[in-house]
Amino acid sequence: MLDKIQWLGRTAINVIAGLGRAAFVLGSAISHIPNVRKGLPLFIQQVYSVGVLSLIIIMVSGTFIGMVLALQGYTVLVDYGAEGSLGPMVALSLLRELGPVVTALLFAGRAGSALTAEIGLMKATEQLSSLEMMAVDPLRRVIAPRFWAGFFSMPILAAIFSMLGIIGAHLVGVEWLGVDQGTFWSVMQSDVDMLDIIKGGIKSLVFAFVVTWIAVYKGYNCIPTSEGISRATTSSVVQASLLVLGLDFILTALMFT
Amino acid sequence: MSENLVEIKNLTFNREERCIYNGISLSIPKGKVTAIMGPSGIGKTTLLRLMGGQLKPQSGEILFAGHNIPELSRNALYEVRKRMSMLFQSGALFTDMSVYENVAFPIREHSKLPENIIEKMVMMKLEVVGLRGAMHLKPSELSGGMARRAALARAIALDPELIMYDEPFAGQDPISMGVIVRLIRDLNDALGLTSVVVSHDVPEVMSIADYIYIVAEQKIIGQGTPDEIVKQDSELVQQFIKGEHDGPVPFHFPAKDYQAELLGGKS
Repeated sequence: MLDKIQWLGRTAINVIAGLGRAAFVLGSAISHIPNVRKGLPLFIQQVYSVGVLSLIIIMVSGTFIGMVLALQGYTVLVDYGAEGSLGPMVALSLLRELGPVVTALLFAGRAGSALTAEIGLMKATEQLSSLEMMAVDPLRRVIAPRFWAGFFSMPILAAIFSMLGIIGAHLVGVEWLGVDQGTFWSVMQSDVDMLDIIKGGIKSLVFAFVVTWIAVYKGYNCIPTSEGISRATTSSVVQASLLVLGLDFILTALMFT
Repeated sequence: MSENLVEIKNLTFNREERCIYNGISLSIPKGKVTAIMGPSGIGKTTLLRLMGGQLKPQSGEILFAGHNIPELSRNALYEVRKRMSMLFQSGALFTDMSVYENVAFPIREHSKLPENIIEKMVMMKLEVVGLRGAMHLKPSELSGGMARRAALARAIALDPELIMYDEPFAGQDPISMGVIVRLIRDLNDALGLTSVVVSHDVPEVMSIADYIYIVAEQKIIGQGTPDEIVKQDSELVQQFIKGEHDGPVPFHFPAKDYQAELLGGKS
């Protein structure tokens, strides 16, 4: 019995300490906005690493998801003679939900895992310690540029995802299944308003914040061994993905009901 | 003004339940090569990390040029660290940068010198360690010995007052070891540094150290010049410097009675 109480207490302390460390990493990353002289080159380098290099997976996924949405949507809508609503159906699905959520999940898998592993490996090879001993704060030099690059890149990737999804849906719906081109675009234009785009953008920003925070924190806080890095990378992707799905429900409830 | 650059007084450090140091005191004199020796796993690297402020002791003082390291604020600690450097056992070179960029890194971070001056400074540091010709190589293209010399060039880039070497001879071939031994001594004398060498390589340390501390069992078990250390009566010191497999530091890790365990099983 006493062992169980001890275990419970130790677990609670560990969880609270972990949250404290995560908040400290976040606070340091936020407070070190990249400056022009030293921070900006690092930021641009990281935007390339986490953003540009994620483009292919985002573009291919966006296109195919749009195509599948159009195919599935058409088979249902055509039964009710409502295939003209295919455009707004696809656009709203992508802008409100699939764009931000699927991009966040792909980003966590592609860029988040790479960030965690890279920072973890820097810790294991004493590169972070050597920065500290050179009087260079690793939170400023390593963590902050990566955090800001992720926060900046992901909403752009989500926008590209949604845009290519709509193009994919146009290819299937209009070019292949024969939905009228004018109807496809004009109904989409009238049914999708700016607020849908803004709300989708807010979701993307929140997901970008959470996914990148978890990725950099897990790397910075990992046990510096091969097993520790492996665990940190896995838990970075799993926790970020679950949080994205949970937050998506909360944000949808708050913004769309 | 004290002749010691670093003074450690009554230092106690525990890692979780385990006591690493129990009230140890030692001094690192200015301009000398001081060695800290002892068996593996007794916390020699930990002592360097304590001196660099990367770990905080439970009690005691670590004075660097009069500053008590554990009590410094984060900003003050970073200011003090500009006056010290550390050569890590792995070298800890930044893998995404060339040798040149690695050595230029601390200069760029802490100065606003124009690039042509930085280039000259880097060349000079690399010439000292014999790696000017390897400046464009990436760390992955260097041998272990070269990586450590490149890391040494980076460590002296800002002309620190104190340089700490963490196991500088570990895993080196005899030629690389000879080069590093010579570099530690020559750099110390030529640049007026104060050096702390943590190692368990007895002959190499004996050949360059001005003063040696031998650490074991959470305390200092022997100290003196290399000649004095050789003559010490302590069985533990003698076992360590002669590399005897059994003695006060037993061959076997503490365990239950062998026969009883064989008959009774692991539990």
